[in-house]
Amino acid sequence: MTGPGTPIADRSGTRLLVLRLLVVAGVLTLIGRLWFLQVVTGEDYVRAAEDNRTRTVVTAAPRGEVLDEAGRPMIANRQALVVSVNRSLLRLAPAKGDDVLDRLSPVVSLSPAQLRARITPCGERLRGGGSGRAADGCWSGSPYQSVPVASYDPHDRAALRRVLLVQENPERFPGVEAQLQAVRAYPQGTSAAHVLGYLGPIAEPEVGTAAYAGVGERALVGRSGVEQTYEQQLRGVDGGQELIVDKSGNVTGTAGTTAPVPGSSLVLSIDAQVQAVAERALEQAISGARQRPYYRGGGPNVADSGSVVVMEARTGRLLAMASYPSYDPAEFTGGISTTRYQELLDAGNGQPLLFRATQGAYAPASTFKVVSASAAVMDGQTGFDDRMACPGVFRPTGQQNFAGQGLGTVSLRQAIVRSCDTNFYQLAYDAWLRDGGLSPVPDPKDPTIAMALAYGLGARTGVDLPAESRGLVPTRAWRESYWENVKDDFCQGAENPAFSAERRAYDRDVCLDGNLFRAGQATNLAVGQGEMLVTPLQLASVYASIANGGTIHRPQVAKGLVSPDGRTVTEIAPTVNGTLPVAPDVLAALRDALRGASSEPGGTSFGTFAGSGLKVAGKTGTGEVAGKQDTSWYASFAPFDDPELVVVGLVSQGGTGSGTAAPMVRAVYEGIYGTAGRPAALPGGRPLPLPSAPVRTVGPSGAPS
Amino acid sequence: MSQIVLRPGDASLRERSRGRRASWSVDPVLLGAVVLLVGLGALLVWSATRPRLTSAGLDPQAFLFKHLVNAAIGGGFAVIASLFDYRALRAWTPVLFGLSCLGLVAVLSPLGSTINGAHSWILLPAGFQVQPSEFAKVALVVGIALILAERADGRRAPRHRDVLLALGLAALPMGLVMLQPDLGTTLVLTVIVLGALTVSAAPARWVLGLLLAGAVVSVGAVQLGVLEDYQLDRFTAFADPDHDLRGAGYNTNQARIAIGSGGLTGKGLFQGTQTNGAFIPEQQTDFVFTVAGEELGLVGATAIVGLLGVVLWRGLRIAARASDLFGRLVASGVVSWFAFQSFVNIGMTLGIMPVTGLPLPFVSYGGSAMFANLIAVGLLLNVHRGSLAAARR
Repeated sequence: MTGPGTPIADRSGTRLLVLRLLVVAGVLTLIGRLWFLQVVTGEDYVRAAEDNRTRTVVTAAPRGEVLDEAGRPMIANRQALVVSVNRSLLRLAPAKGDDVLDRLSPVVSLSPAQLRARITPCGERLRGGGSGRAADGCWSGSPYQSVPVASYDPHDRAALRRVLLVQENPERFPGVEAQLQAVRAYPQGTSAAHVLGYLGPIAEPEVGTAAYAGVGERALVGRSGVEQTYEQQLRGVDGGQELIVDKSGNVTGTAGTTAPVPGSSLVLSIDAQVQAVAERALEQAISGARQRPYYRGGGPNVADSGSVVVMEARTGRLLAMASYPSYDPAEFTGGISTTRYQELLDAGNGQPLLFRATQGAYAPASTFKVVSASAAVMDGQTGFDDRMACPGVFRPTGQQNFAGQGLGTVSLRQAIVRSCDTNFYQLAYDAWLRDGGLSPVPDPKDPTIAMALAYGLGARTGVDLPAESRGLVPTRAWRESYWENVKDDFCQGAENPAFSAERRAYDRDVCLDGNLFRAGQATNLAVGQGEMLVTPLQLASVYASIANGGTIHRPQVAKGLVSPDGRTVTEIAPTVNGTLPVAPDVLAALRDALRGASSEPGGTSFGTFAGSGLKVAGKTGTGEVAGKQDTSWYASFAPFDDPELVVVGLVSQGGTGSGTAAPMVRAVYEGIYGTAGRPAALPGGRPLPLPSAPVRTVGPSGAPS
Repeated sequence: MSQIVLRPGDASLRERSRGRRASWSVDPVLLGAVVLLVGLGALLVWSATRPRLTSAGLDPQAFLFKHLVNAAIGGGFAVIASLFDYRALRAWTPVLFGLSCLGLVAVLSPLGSTINGAHSWILLPAGFQVQPSEFAKVALVVGIALILAERADGRRAPRHRDVLLALGLAALPMGLVMLQPDLGTTLVLTVIVLGALTVSAAPARWVLGLLLAGAVVSVGAVQLGVLEDYQLDRFTAFADPDHDLRGAGYNTNQARIAIGSGGLTGKGLFQGTQTNGAFIPEQQTDFVFTVAGEELGLVGATAIVGLLGVVLWRGLRIAARASDLFGRLVASGVVSWFAFQSFVNIGMTLGIMPVTGLPLPFVSYGGSAMFANLIAVGLLLNVHRGSLAAARR
């Protein structure tokens, strides 16, 4: 026997000590962690435990209404009689509510199987998949929320009788509720659809973000138009009921109730009557253009789309914004199918969802000459009365005047009135040469480009509508970065044997020095052609700043907010974006030239406005688009001696500006002022001030009280 | 066969002084701690299962009764294990080891069945089920002790050959458990081997080398994607507790909420809102500690940790005073097993260890685990009795 104290026993004993230490360390670790969880951070977990066992059933806040400048409702809340099924209560019924669904089936004209499918949460049927729409046969909302299964007009007496059957026999229909609920309604029909926008379900990444604080997972939020821009003001604060539940979701009690706070109502600067006038003029101009042959031949005008913008010259407030083709916002009420949504986005259907006024960008053509003239005069190249040759062809670039006609020697004013192109080519060419031509001086002045940017082109106007287009001003920097992006394609094209020799030569040129600002590009730019693109709203802003003496406003469709109780009216004041770097006398000369264009014989829209009694000043534009018919423009303001309104009209593939857009804009003015035997939509052309008294009162259910 | 008395003087003196009580050869502190743990466990299992059974319309005491029956049967096993003749135990070790491996093979055969995602069970007639991997722990404890003690002959530390033989022996049940796959039990078996090797005074480089190899294998398994997705999810949930609270992170998050909200003194037995709301899955088995945390608070939870500490302390004391190396290694193996499993289980509910699906010894509901744990306590008492007997000689 080996006695105690042998080396092995010692070593083993030491090793046992290691185990002892490990055990002590483990015990201390666990106790320390317990102390941390239960004592140090215990309060947090007490709260988490509280959240854990309560569920909130949302009582949706009534959404604010949208009114026009005269208080006419544009978006209202309609009452719908909604029959809904409360699953938690239904489950407590005998046979898990199968009898109840059988009895409910004839009332709502749905088979018991359809009913059951509709009230089953989507998550329980298809984990993660599915389109998440109630109409697809499953319930996309919270399992604790009552599921709507049928909706009726409360004035439908037959439906009302059937629903009363449910309400008056609660013992036969446990868990079935019939309630009045608010849904969006559009009293003006399809009018101003793009401005108003529509509602759609909140996207998952948006839930819990600052912009959507307090918005539930399945809430409807503004997805376009002012419904989106003024989401926070219109939304209100949802109320709710805190239910105590166990893990299986069985309700064991109520912890508290909070009442919803309705959203504010939004007053637009849009006038429903002016909007209707603009939309009618746009539709008639387009259908009229389609009857007429295209002026260059080859069949009638395509006239695929168009827009009319009516702006208050002194504030930038918008009185009407029409876009063709349009859509019915009511289609989005209660959810739109994916197929229908795709149809509304489809180019083959004319992209009705595309708001041409802010999202359509087109070459401004001759309407841009006000900018080129501002540049040339402010740059000291010429004065309004300096005379210049207006030949049929501009020799240095070989570019032709409109229709190849020369006008002899004309002043700059005349060049605007009668729309001479070669005159502007010369001015742009001179400036281009001064900047060094193809070997530009350091920091070239590029007066036309600088002036276009100063007028706010190439940048968003900041209008209170979502997803506005920037348009495009082709600066040298843009040209450089664009060339960097595309030159590889062109360099490959230059070597591509499948291309024609001409195509290869062109590709080689672009590949080698496509970043150069060429003479032809400079001259094209001066007449609003080439790469330059503007939206109708941007052009309206340009003409408004000329009309009002040089102030660039941020265009606005919203004018004020009315608190839910109707007591407080908050004005959304006009905002100034900037001031034109153009002298007042130059602006006055421009206004005078524009007056001449519409009121002097030889002016491009003289024929349209002669004898109309309207004091309109305006410029036509006929934009050339590769592979398409010309874009027809008319940009104007009135009255020319004290400008109040700006009207810009556009018809894509509509032919000449004087042929299509100018008469369309005249029809808008006639509708507004009530000339030509029509009733005045806006007598005197002056919009109403924002009322300080309540516009209307919104009741707790969102209904006018 | 000669045996060494490692530290006879100390123990024998004390026991001799107690002369008349020497015949009652039980460690009363160890026994008391185990009885308290089993009793507390019964209350916690009752509290965890009562609301669930009630809402299902079943007898709310059903789990409590089964748990108490399991404890009683386990107690019987413990008595047998503690009274077994010491030499006979050594002689029977190969048989026990072989039977336990056969059981593990049976699980992998068509006899086995899957419960809660683990293919670890054999269903027996009359609604009974058995989990052979629990008994494999006992078998490995005695098996590894036998090899290391027998070959070393008590006079010298195990040589490389002995260690290799021991590892080869351990590889069999470990491989079979890994195939189920049951990662948690595999880790427990590994820790038993490590514990016994350490105390056997085997070359330190073996112990350190095995630890290193374990670390390399773990990292490799994660990197090479050998682990199942659900296992990776558990590690992700561990590393980032707020990740995927409705999926992989749900259990640990709910466990922390329950324990954290218990505070210093708890919400009172049967009063836990999280327990009564049945928010924590598997609460009567792997997450039974959350009931203690929520309803008994820091005081009750610390009491359980403390009682487990007492069991381990007495186990280590028994190991230190064992009359021979075999007894010492058996006790060390049992202590390593209980220590590791308790730490991992409680650590998992506290969010400091990943979820591995190991029950809490003596406290969690589960027949096979209860039997195996109490048999192991019986072995500790057996070694204790052996050391007293040796001291009396």
